[in-house]
Amino acid sequence: MSNPVIDLLDLKKYFKEVKAVDGVSLSINQGEIFGLLGPNGAGKTTILNILCTLLKPTSGNAIICGHDINKDKDAVRRCIGIVFQDPSLDDQLTAYENLDLHGRLYHIPKDKRKQKMEELLELVELSDKRNVMVKTFSGGMKRRLEIARGLLHQPEVLFLDEPTLGLDPQTRRHIWEYIEKLNRDTKVTIILTTHYMDEADVLCNRVAIIDRGKISAIDTSTQLKKQIGGEVISIKTEDEFHPDQPWIKNVNKHDGCINLTVEEADQKLSLLMNIAQEKKINIDSVTIHKPTLEDVFLHFTGKTIREEEANWADAVRTRRRSRSR
Amino acid sequence: MNLDAIYILWLREIKRFIRSKSRIIGSLAFPTLILIIIGTGLNSVFTMGKLSYIEFIAPGMIGMVLLFSSISFGIMVIWDRQFGFLKEMLVAPISRTSIVVGKALGGVTTSMFQALLFLIVCFAIGIKIPSPLMLLLLFLVMILIAVGFVLVGIAFSSRMKDFHGFSLIMNFVVMPIFFLSGAFFPLDKLPEWLKWFVYIDPLTYGVDALRFCMVNTSSFPIWINLLALIVFGLVATIIGTLLFKTTQL
Repeated sequence: MSNPVIDLLDLKKYFKEVKAVDGVSLSINQGEIFGLLGPNGAGKTTILNILCTLLKPTSGNAIICGHDINKDKDAVRRCIGIVFQDPSLDDQLTAYENLDLHGRLYHIPKDKRKQKMEELLELVELSDKRNVMVKTFSGGMKRRLEIARGLLHQPEVLFLDEPTLGLDPQTRRHIWEYIEKLNRDTKVTIILTTHYMDEADVLCNRVAIIDRGKISAIDTSTQLKKQIGGEVISIKTEDEFHPDQPWIKNVNKHDGCINLTVEEADQKLSLLMNIAQEKKINIDSVTIHKPTLEDVFLHFTGKTIREEEANWADAVRTRRRSRSR
Repeated sequence: MNLDAIYILWLREIKRFIRSKSRIIGSLAFPTLILIIIGTGLNSVFTMGKLSYIEFIAPGMIGMVLLFSSISFGIMVIWDRQFGFLKEMLVAPISRTSIVVGKALGGVTTSMFQALLFLIVCFAIGIKIPSPLMLLLLFLVMILIAVGFVLVGIAFSSRMKDFHGFSLIMNFVVMPIFFLSGAFFPLDKLPEWLKWFVYIDPLTYGVDALRFCMVNTSSFPIWINLLALIVFGLVATIIGTLLFKTTQL
């Protein structure tokens, strides 16, 4: 696991005054499923667009399979496959025609192309829909077809931009299974972006938490959770509660909840309750849980991913409003 | 250049074209109406040798079919952008020039197909091409017109993010090009100020060449028309390709 296929070296992308990507460096190993986790607008898609040569970085560089994204675009394009966030199929063509077109764009010899197309249609369970026009496909079917297309030229690296965005829970689970199977069977390195905590948790070997164009943490999700340590006690109360005990490792407040990170939470709970009673604090509810990636995110960025998104959406709305004036 | 890629991008356009039959019929209905109604209606006030007005404007209508179908094809590259397919082409390991060539060939083919269908309408109203050689020359002129305007359309779409600019281009580019081309009126009796606009309109030379091939009448010698069309085609190709090469997502 020490064979990097992708190296990002201090990658930066500024759109006028907005720092979309602000100095990202990381290495991704051969055969990994690597997750870029962050709220919308954190810079995940911009990073992907730079890596697949659609955008030029403002500064910095990246090496993919030994090729420089600034100097050797065609070589990079040949060794990557990408499934974009928004569909990029021609919906006036059939599933088969879309794959065939892709195969020819990537110059795959005819026999191999035919054989791979059969294999992949089988893999994504669209064999019986091959001659159906893509415009009649559901969102999940389109996504599956795009995954098949991204794999057709046997890339060493597959980028998936929000692979399950807007899909129903059943289809999501299905796509996760595909991704795991793919990674297992073809050893393809997979880099996916997501803002779903569970997705990153279930799928990824390692996760990088991206916030405002920077990496705030990078590790396996187990390690990330361990970094928080112990368990999380969430206390819901409308009063001001400052337990101030030496054994509390971390305190976080948001949304009327106080999150305390402690070791051996079940024993500490009664202590906490006593303190609360002494201070005459009215507690609505208490929960104990193992740290989730959500807690990790909160720990590193001081916010939950949903709050980040809400803020970001607000910012965009304000910007739009000021522009239309 | 990647021939396999060019071929498949061309084929994609042909398939999409065949699958949108309503577009074909729609693009032919309007010029047919003009030809028959305006052509018949203004016939009594028009005198030019033994040419009837309907014969006079028929080549102009071929020019119109070519102009409209070619430019709107080029502008359809915006669809590719909006529906994401442009990204699929841009991340493929092929040169941007191959993409332009594949697209442009597709546009010229579909545009020619519509113009040839309209040529059958022209035959139906009694136009006769004098010799096979003249028919070949006619095809050449039609192709030159199509190439030029497909690339003008691609050039526009390379700089447009969405469809808001479409009606602007129709009203301030396509319509003036069409009206100034001499499709409806002879060029020799125009006032001086209008002549200048007519002379810088590339379609003027196209319509004049078409008229030479179809009804054996023209204002300029055929070699001047061909030269003008070739220069126009080259300039449009260079500008269209350069603009597409630097297009952003």
